[in-house]
Formats: sequence, structure tokens, C-alpha cells
Amino acid sequence: MSISLFYFVAFLTIFFALLVIFSKNPVHSVLYLIVTFFTFTLHYIMLNAQFLAIVNFIVYMGAIMVLFLFVLMLLNLNEGSVGSKSNLLKMVGVIAGMCLVITLVGSVKALNASDPLVLQTQDLGLVKNLGKVLFSKFLLPFEISSILLLSAMVGAVLLAKKDIKQG
Amino acid sequence: MELAFIIEKFALILVIFLISLTVAAYSTLAERKIAGFLQDRVGPNRAGPGGMFQPLADGLKMFFKEEIIPTDSNKALFILGPSLALFTSFLGSAVIPWGQDIEIAGRQVSLQITDINVGMLYIFGVVSLGVYGIMIGGWASNNKFSLMGAVRAASQSISYEIPMGLSIIALLMATNTLSMKEIAEQQHGINWNFFYQPLGFIIFLICSFAETNRTPFDLPECETELVGGYHTEYSGFKMGAYMFAEYLNMFLASAVMSTLYFGAYNYPGMDWVNELTGPVIGPLIGMAVLMLKIFAFIFLFMWVRWTVPRFRYDQLMNLGWKILIPLAIANIVITGIVITIIDKL
Amino acid sequence: MNFWERLYLPAIFQGMGITFRHMFKKKETIFYPEVEREFSENWRGMHSLKRDEEGRERCTACGLCALSCPAEAITMIAAERQKGEEALYREEKYAAVYEINMLRCIFCGLCEEACPKEAIYLDGPIVPADYLRKDFIYGKDKLVEEPMKVQ
Repeated sequence: MSISLFYFVAFLTIFFALLVIFSKNPVHSVLYLIVTFFTFTLHYIMLNAQFLAIVNFIVYMGAIMVLFLFVLMLLNLNEGSVGSKSNLLKMVGVIAGMCLVITLVGSVKALNASDPLVLQTQDLGLVKNLGKVLFSKFLLPFEISSILLLSAMVGAVLLAKKDIKQG
Repeated sequence: MELAFIIEKFALILVIFLISLTVAAYSTLAERKIAGFLQDRVGPNRAGPGGMFQPLADGLKMFFKEEIIPTDSNKALFILGPSLALFTSFLGSAVIPWGQDIEIAGRQVSLQITDINVGMLYIFGVVSLGVYGIMIGGWASNNKFSLMGAVRAASQSISYEIPMGLSIIALLMATNTLSMKEIAEQQHGINWNFFYQPLGFIIFLICSFAETNRTPFDLPECETELVGGYHTEYSGFKMGAYMFAEYLNMFLASAVMSTLYFGAYNYPGMDWVNELTGPVIGPLIGMAVLMLKIFAFIFLFMWVRWTVPRFRYDQLMNLGWKILIPLAIANIVITGIVITIIDKL
Repeated sequence: MNFWERLYLPAIFQGMGITFRHMFKKKETIFYPEVEREFSENWRGMHSLKRDEEGRERCTACGLCALSCPAEAITMIAAERQKGEEALYREEKYAAVYEINMLRCIFCGLCEEACPKEAIYLDGPIVPADYLRKDFIYGKDKLVEEPMKVQ
């Protein structure tokens, strides 16, 4: 039951991810990306990681994708406005993509990820346990990432301020 | 046993669905009536006694109007917009605890559709999703005014989600749980969260006004500047879906505020009443109390709408980013300090 | 502005207090079809063609009203009174057709003032709404006063 459900959701994820790439209209792309993120949420729920699921839902679907959509709507890119790329650019793209695929496949192989994953503790994804782990075992990475976010925020504010001065 | 569980959940979903529909439908009437009362008028009074059947008449009118889909619009997305708006506004009521457990034929029947342990965040997520209906509809209309409305809705909802989330964090620190059921149970009697989080409540209230696009934050649809904002091109039933979604959102926001800050189904002296009336009537009285609180909030929404004028856009952004967010953070800090002091004592 | 004024909240609460008080004030609504507002003395509504004390039509189809009408809303066709119609028309000439286009009429009252026979007055009610333009051209059937009851 849960295996077949996983395959179904995984199929949906890949299907919509492909649609993101192949749809001509950028706004459609973003909408498919939102659906893709929603299937991620479903994956998290199936892993019993409720907190991650809902945070993925709020942050990616509810906030970041709204901003993506916002920018695209303001730019109002249409199907014709994205000009065709030169052949050289296409070649570079294919090579880069292939390199990424090889790296990913290699890393998956190296990790023996095809072995079934067994969770040591079933309730790891619940808010309380996740919070305890984050603030004890992984305190340093957690704090470092928060400093990263803070610096990004300061940078964004700085960029916005500069614009005002020039204008 | 399993079957009984499915039946009971199904019945509960149906009942809550119908209640939401009725409340939303009659909110449209109440809005016009209250607008009338506040302006020394009487409001609609022709359809049925005292205008009782006005929502029915409005619904029929919407239903029989011509559906216009602009030729240059994106047809699929144009239809998806209002559908999504209506869909997301129904989702939130799944985690609201509508009452204490009822005992029917020896079974404890929960009056909450599902008690997920991140209930508060779930509602937050559903609310943040609500803006897609407006954005997609506004963009798909292929109209400058609609697009402006959609863009305004997006930036407004993003700006006000942040102080809303921060005020929820303060509440979370005070209650130590994210489950709506536990939050409701903690506020037994008159031990309501409002008395512990008054500032948090005010921030949450203001943000709810912004998230539901109600006056004074109705910039996405402001008819004086943008003709009708995101629903300029909509007509007939799709327009009705947008209107209905707005009223449903208001109902949901009222339910969430009553649950989080005003003690859900709790009222002073509830133990005595429960003992007096037994395990069926007692919870139902609690549910009625919750409904009363919700109606009071809906009245507040309408009262404010017919009193306060609309914000200017820069004022809206200033209020969100420069006032509410610092206030919400200050609220978190104060809550933290107070909790630490109480723990130390 | 001091701190309290800049907070805006007191002003908002004050405003909400004012609107709340209005909930309990007397409603100003007049329920129109059932109850009608009293018209003022110099109210000008729908036209009526008057009859004299014996119930005869006063109008003599002189055309002064049509001439004075700035909106050119009035048309009429005159006819000569035949023998035996003395009880119907006061003068020897009368209006066989008398039409006012209510969509053109601006209710200025100049026809009233121009009339030498005191035959036309704008003393009626509000002109009702209708669906078709042709229905707004009021003929004698709608304009002439009801004949007086025979006592």
C-alpha cells in the first residue's frame, strides 16, 4: 500500500517537474513548480515528517513561489519573448546537464541509497523531537545557517536602499 | 468499528461544510444589513420576511447570469482561479476543534475533523495558499487592473504573513503546543489566551484583516482605483465564487481567532453546565458558544469595514513592515522573558 | 502629532464608537412603494390635462405649450368641435392628439406657465419606469384628468 502510494506520488513529482521544464509559458512553469512542491509535501507526510511537510508547504508553496509568480507577472514574459538560444549555448547546456546527471547517479550509487531506508525513531519528524535534535545535536549548523540567512537579509536591505539613493 | 469511524467523520465533514456554506451565505446578507444599520438605513428587506431569502436570491441571480470568458484570457487558468480560491477557503476548517467530545451510543465522537500535531501551522499554510486563487485569476484575465489587483494581493499577503507567523510563535511559546485541540483544552473556563497575549492578538487580528482582503486592507479589489481589482473580468458564478471565498475566509479567520485567543468552545461555568446537561447537550452548548464568538468576530470585521477607510498602498507596507513586524518580535521577546521569570519563581 | 495621535488606534476606536451609535438611531428609510415622501409645494411631476367645473377638457390646442417647451417634448393635433360634443370640450377647438415624450421632458414647468386656459399642470406623481422607449410617449389616455364623478 505505502510502496505503491510512494511510486504514485514519485511519478507525479517527476511528471510535474518535467512539465516545469517543457512548458513554454513561464507562468505555467511556475504553477507546475508549485504542484511539484506540493508533491514534496506529500512525500514528507508519508515519511511522518509533519513539521517539515508543513514548513515546506508554507515557505516554498506559500511564500517563495508567490514571489516567483509575482516577479513573472510583473515582467509579463510571453511565449514569444524568450528568444531561441544559439547552438553553442544549447551544447553547453547539454554538457552541463549531463555532468550533473552523472554526478547525481554516481553519488547515489556510492551511498547505496537503493537499500531500503529504516528510520531509527518513527517520530523523528514531529515538532518536539525535531526541535530537540536541532537545538542539541545540530546546534552549530543550525546557528550557522541562521547567520547565513541574517546576512542574506542584510544584503537584501542594502540592495534595496541603494536603489532609493540613485532614484 | 472502523466503519463507524468513517461514517462519523463523513457526517462531521458534511455538517461543517454545510455550516460554513450557510454562515458564508448569510454573511453576505449580514454585511448589507449591518452596513445599512451603521448608516441609518435598513438594508435589504424585500426577499422574504426581513430580507431572509436575500442570499438565495443573490445566488440564483449569480447562477443565471451570463458567464463571460474574455477571448484573450488564459481559459484554463481563468477558471482555475476562482475554483482555487473557493477550495482553499474550505480547507482550513478541518483542524478547528468545534467542541468537546460528544458521547453517542457509548462512543466518544470528536467534534474536530482531524487533530494533526501541527494544526496551527496547517492553518497558516492554508491561509498563505489562499492568495494563489487571486493571483492566478488576476493574471489570467489579461487585464491591467486585474493584474494590478493580483500583484497587490501577492505583496500584501506576503507582507502580513510574517507578523502573523511571529504572533503565532509567541502564542506557541505561551501554550507549548501546536495542536489546535490542546490549545482549546488549555483555555478551560475563562483561562483564555487573550489575557496572556493581548498584543499578539491585536497583531493577529490586523493581519487577519489583511489576509482576508477586508477593508481597510482591500487594496486588491479596491473599486475606486482598480475598477474591481482581480475580479474585474469575472461575471456570474465565477464572480460569485470569489465573493463566497472572501466570506468563507472571514468565517475561517473568525473561527481561528476564537480558537487561538478567545477560548474556542470554553466559557466560564462550563463544568457546571456540562454536569447539568450531560455528555451530548453540554458539548453542543460549547459549540454554540464557539459559534457566538465567531459571529462576534464576523460582526467586528463588518463593523470595521463600514467605519475605517482604505489604506494607501505605502501606508499598508509601512504598517506591515515597520510597525507590525517589530511589534511582533518585541512580543516574542517579552513573552520569552515573562516565561523565564515565571519558570524561575 | 503626539504619540497617541500617531498610533491611530484611538481615532479608529472613536470612529467605531460613532458608527456603533448609529446602529440604534432612527432609520431614515422611507419604504417607497408603500409609504411615499410628501412632495413639496412647488413639486413638478407628471403632467395632467385639466377639466373645468362641468367636466369639459380645458385645452384648446393653441400650441403655446409646445412652443414654450425647451425640450420639444410636446406634440399635438388640433380638431374642431362637432355638434353634440359641447359637454366634452370647453372651447370650439380641441386637441385630438396630445402627446408628451416623458424621456425628453425636463419638468421645467414652462408649459404650465404658457397655458392661457389653465389646462396643463405638472401636479402628478413621479413618472414611472418602463422597458420600452415608445411607452414613454404619453397620450391623452394617460394625461387627461379623470372625469368628475356625477353627483
